[in-house]
Amino acid sequence: MKKPVRFIQRIASPTVLAYLTKRLGYYAVLLAVAVFVSYVLSSLALSPRGYFEGRQPPPPAESVEAQLTALGINDHTPLLERFTTWLSHAVRGDLGRTIDSGSVGEEFGRRIGVSLRLLLAGTVLGTAAGILAGAWGALRQYRFSDRAVTVFAFLLLSTPTFLLAVLLKVGAMKVNQSAGTELISFTGEKTPGLTGSVGTLLGDRAVHLLLPTLSIALGTAAAYSRYQRGTMLDVLGSDFLRTARAKGLTYRRAVLTHGLRTALVPMSTFFAYGFLALFTGAAFTEKIFGWHGMGSWFIDSIGKSDVNSVVAVNVFAAVMVLLSGFLADVLHAALDPRVRTS
Amino acid sequence: MSAPLTDVPLTGAPLADGPPVLDIRGLKVGFDGPDGPVPAVRGVDLTLRRGEVLGLVGESGSGKSTVALATMGLLPRTARVHGSVRVAGTELLGLGDRALSGIRGRRIAMVFQDPLSALTPVHRVGDQIAEAVRAHQDVSRDRARRRAVELLDLVGIPEPARRADAYPHEFSGGMRQRAVIAMAVANDPDVLLADEPTTALDVTVQAQILDVLRTARRETGAALLLVSHDLGVIAGMADRVAVMYAGKVVESAPAAELFAAPRMPYTIGLLGAVPRPDAADRPLTPIPGSPPELHLLPQGCAFAPRCPLAADACATTEPALTGAGDHLAACLEPPAADPAALYPVPEHTPAREVVPRGELPSVLRVRGLARTFPVRKGGAFRRRAGSVYAVDGVDLDIRRGETLGLVGESGSGKSTTLMEILRLAAPEAGEVELLGRSTSELTKRQAHALRGSVQIVFQDPMASLDPRMPVGDIVAEPLRAQGASRATVARRTPELLRLVGLEAAHAGRFPHEFSGGQRQRVGIARALAVEPELLVLDEPVSALDVSVQAGVLNLLRRLKEELGLAYLFVSHDLAVVRHIADRVSVMYLGRTVESGPVEEVFARPRHPYTRALLSAVPVPDPARERHRERILLAGDPPSPVLREPGCRFRGRCPVYAGLAADERARCERERPKDRAFGPERTAACHFAERVSAPTPTAATP
Repeated sequence: MKKPVRFIQRIASPTVLAYLTKRLGYYAVLLAVAVFVSYVLSSLALSPRGYFEGRQPPPPAESVEAQLTALGINDHTPLLERFTTWLSHAVRGDLGRTIDSGSVGEEFGRRIGVSLRLLLAGTVLGTAAGILAGAWGALRQYRFSDRAVTVFAFLLLSTPTFLLAVLLKVGAMKVNQSAGTELISFTGEKTPGLTGSVGTLLGDRAVHLLLPTLSIALGTAAAYSRYQRGTMLDVLGSDFLRTARAKGLTYRRAVLTHGLRTALVPMSTFFAYGFLALFTGAAFTEKIFGWHGMGSWFIDSIGKSDVNSVVAVNVFAAVMVLLSGFLADVLHAALDPRVRTS
Repeated sequence: MSAPLTDVPLTGAPLADGPPVLDIRGLKVGFDGPDGPVPAVRGVDLTLRRGEVLGLVGESGSGKSTVALATMGLLPRTARVHGSVRVAGTELLGLGDRALSGIRGRRIAMVFQDPLSALTPVHRVGDQIAEAVRAHQDVSRDRARRRAVELLDLVGIPEPARRADAYPHEFSGGMRQRAVIAMAVANDPDVLLADEPTTALDVTVQAQILDVLRTARRETGAALLLVSHDLGVIAGMADRVAVMYAGKVVESAPAAELFAAPRMPYTIGLLGAVPRPDAADRPLTPIPGSPPELHLLPQGCAFAPRCPLAADACATTEPALTGAGDHLAACLEPPAADPAALYPVPEHTPAREVVPRGELPSVLRVRGLARTFPVRKGGAFRRRAGSVYAVDGVDLDIRRGETLGLVGESGSGKSTTLMEILRLAAPEAGEVELLGRSTSELTKRQAHALRGSVQIVFQDPMASLDPRMPVGDIVAEPLRAQGASRATVARRTPELLRLVGLEAAHAGRFPHEFSGGQRQRVGIARALAVEPELLVLDEPVSALDVSVQAGVLNLLRRLKEELGLAYLFVSHDLAVVRHIADRVSVMYLGRTVESGPVEEVFARPRHPYTRALLSAVPVPDPARERHRERILLAGDPPSPVLREPGCRFRGRCPVYAGLAADERARCERERPKDRAFGPERTAACHFAERVSAPTPTAATP
């Protein structure tokens, strides 16, 4: 357990803490701006009145009015008043009601869990694979293996997520067909109604995770491998790596102890943003594989003109972006001593 | 604390009888260039015996660094290396990475050119040195760390135990180079390779680092292969010297003999082209042409196209390195008679008309110039946290037809001073007077008109010329900017190109078709286009090789005499300043500390900083270089963000160190004012009288 201790020591110096605290204050201001702008935009762009009025059979006007008022999204109430009402609830943890009168907070909790289960494995795997593939490609620059990785990465990068997901699905169906039984399940989180031991249930969930994880990991790995290859090539040509070898370190050891960490410094920003932005950015994957996470909630809510839900997702995304920035700063400070002193 | 690094005498005569510790035979290195194969090293033999220092000299592209890297096995994998490299009998070429790694750092170690990039930025300095220890010795972490601290102490890092925990960015350039040397000697190597170890450093720091190298050699008994383009550094350090040209050794001899009686015309030319801080009036004799492109080498002697003695045979036969005893030269017909007569001495219109300086009209007068830059802190809401006092009291005075050399180390504010003068606007503080007009009173229109009277030539001739513009247009641009007519432009452009020694027919070519020296001539022609009275030259020759630099310096001399120009010549190279300047002004941390006629300042500096600076300049003459007195300044210049009262130099000042407490108080409290020492001569030191006389020129030969 030496590593985490050193990590904490590294970032826990007074200068670094002061710097990070200041950043947090700055983020709070940005968050307030983001919340206000997203509330105003959602309220102006979406028309919940139209959603209710378009129902069959058309409900009476008073009932539409009453429902809109009850949800706090009546466009006859001044926008600023709606916002302050929403805000006074939101600061107490009440994010309001969905357009179907459910609790936004509860829906939020459910969705975030789904997203987390869906994305965690794929993102971690994709990031690790991307770093390895990039570093490996840089070490074998211009050789066949490097070119093969490059071509494969560009192929993946130029394939839209929905196409990749559908291709994976088609492939899985072929496998299932030839096997004669459903080896790979890819709809939803689990087989509905399945009973059995904990092991069976977990296994079932793992099988369901296979394709979505692959589709996320492949795209992530392809993008990271490009960046990592670039930063690694810079480091491989550096004077300090030459110094390390002049000391008597083998090429491998010099690259591992002196090269890789330096090459990770500029990547830390990508990691932080990539990790957290995925929570809201995996709408296609969720839709195609039938998972009900944050991404699909966002799209469905826009379709239903569900102002409160859209605002909730927006605010969540804003928090995530700011948190990513903070995480990036922490990572950067941990990896690069030059940041810590200034 | 380490013992103060005083002048360490060189070790005695090399043990010439011992077996060679480094033996390089028939070394050839080739690269693949964009225009075909590039033979970077074409058959080099070098022998290094125990305790010996071999200087490897050459200009850029001569292959000297490639020899060092090939010896270490650190060339890129694309390099093709042939021949033999033996370290204490073990053949290195052909060994795998694992076997080589067992030898690198233990038997043979290296110090690199750029200390700023030589250390891994994310690891502590002490850890990096300890790593070198542990790479070859089976010792505990703690033991390796203690050894790292000892090594830092050996190379003169103050408070080594605390400094071992610092990261490289917390070290200055000189300290980082010390750390790299500590790393190199960590395992008592037999052979130490130093590739331009001081080229990236200031001259006072260079003196410190050369001293550390001497200490390191004394402690380890290692043989040293010192690669350098600087003949002065070589003269002070090397027992033997090998001169490289176009990938081959063209002459090799004991240092004293090589400098006193060179045989190969290239060596003769090189020694004639290098300006010396101790001999100002000797004209420089440039070698015509420029070093060859390695992928287009001629068939015979590579130097033949530039050689004044080249005969027919030289164009067909490449001479071998031959000679009696230990003085070898690669020349078919070594010059027999006086080598000094080999290269034509440039004609020189001597002696300006003798007018007392006070009667000459003033071209530039700067009084008390100051310029600060804000230091900002914070992320989103940046606020001013202090100031960098980049220029803090600069005085300059240039009369018509005069060259003022502006001298100082990096960070002393030379460039900021230039930019403030060229801004042609009111300075933050002080006064700039150009051709008798104060810049703070100029209107925009007047400033534009005045801009034609002061032009600048930049350091990097490639970066300061638009690569997509033919040189004819580059030269004509200032004319157009000043509103000259088409006819004037058409007449002046060929005139200007001829004036700087280029052909008028070259006007249609692009900058990349010229050599470095020719490009700088284009830059000079551009500056002269609008017939300025003052030419500001910002390190105009420091990007050029010695043999080419001499030609540009001679051109500048000639132009000044023909056109009656005044120069503000900024340079870190004191030998060049000694050669070209009439007067010199020395800056330290944004202030002018001394000024006066160049001969007088060099012969008898009044300010202790000037004296240390001058004593740090190596002289390309082994006999003088080894016996002259050196003053080593401790440490690095303090931060320009702190603006303490009193004298800014006192922390490093040898005079201050010898003062009594009450005298010191004066240096601490009172900022020294300019004091006159004879006509036209000032120094800003309270105790200038205590600065003793000896300087490089005063040393006994």
